[in-house]
Amino acid sequence: MENLALIAQVQGYTAIALGLIIGLGAIGACIGIGIMGSKFLEAAARQPELIPTLQGRMFLLAGLIDAAFLIGVALAMFFAFANPLLARFG
Amino acid sequence: MSAAEHAAGPANSTEYITHHLTHLKVGEGFWSFHVDTIFMSVLLGLVTIALFYSAARKATSGVPGKWQAFVEMVCEFIDTTVKEVFHLDRRFLAPMALTIFVWVFLMNAMDLLPLDLPGKIAGLFGIHYWRAVPTADANTTFAMSLTVLAVVIFYSVKAKGVGGYVHELFTAPFGANPLLWIPNFLLNLVELLSKPVSLAMRLFGNMYAGELVFMLIALLGTSLFTWTIAGTVGFIGHLAMGAAWAIFHILIITLQAFIFMVLTVVYSAMATEHH
Repeated sequence: MENLALIAQVQGYTAIALGLIIGLGAIGACIGIGIMGSKFLEAAARQPELIPTLQGRMFLLAGLIDAAFLIGVALAMFFAFANPLLARFG
Repeated sequence: MSAAEHAAGPANSTEYITHHLTHLKVGEGFWSFHVDTIFMSVLLGLVTIALFYSAARKATSGVPGKWQAFVEMVCEFIDTTVKEVFHLDRRFLAPMALTIFVWVFLMNAMDLLPLDLPGKIAGLFGIHYWRAVPTADANTTFAMSLTVLAVVIFYSVKAKGVGGYVHELFTAPFGANPLLWIPNFLLNLVELLSKPVSLAMRLFGNMYAGELVFMLIALLGTSLFTWTIAGTVGFIGHLAMGAAWAIFHILIITLQAFIFMVLTVVYSAMATEHH
């Protein structure tokens, strides 16, 4: 019975951690993408002839910005479905 | 899970997902091999070779067919990208970039197959675990990024010589004072090792998260079998979300293959620079 309470505690804390990982990561990624997108639109409006050059780089950076967030999501999902912290309880 | 349990299907959603995240393993501990990952990556490598070989065999200098035009477009795109970043002889790097791009793209594209299809096909041969996306396995991405690290070190040595490279490792950012050798070296070591780790984790994280979202969407689809109104709404949501995520994923898989390729070239170009 005591074990069950411990498992529930670990699960609860893990759930909070998952929310923090995904939520904070999403905030960061969204702000990053937003800043980059606005700058891209500004630059495109100022110098439309640069659009093809900038577009490729924008997508490259979008992937780089997104990556840290998605690594976080992957880690969170891993903890959600195969929590290694629970393995100690057997 | 034993064969009998498998035949009955997974009992609940956690079991379903855990089942889908289990590799077909051979061996124990450190010397365990993920057979599904190795098989799929080698198979897709052969597909890459076959696709480009078929285009090269039938290449004409006249009006190109659709397939030849497409392959030419890809080759030219990669070659321009490499040319912009890497200014030395690119007879080795450009083909490697092309290989990385197409291979990683094809491996990522396995994510777009229906989620249960590869597992069911493997099930016909009596195999109960089969993960179809090699890049959603950290082993694949780290193997590739460590190869990239080897290429980076090769280009460093090629550009500066062994002595020059070692000299740079110990003196590069702060200066040649013997007191600064250790900090310099540690900093360079971190810089060198962070490259393959970030490269591998980026691709792995993207593909793993993408695969898991597909699994969650697939779980939503099972709600149809409750035969209720809420279940039907869930099933429609499953179709809509599955389509939306798959379309978004087409962008992701291409982008990640492109990023892996570009960063390989950028790291190699950085390695050839003199300090």
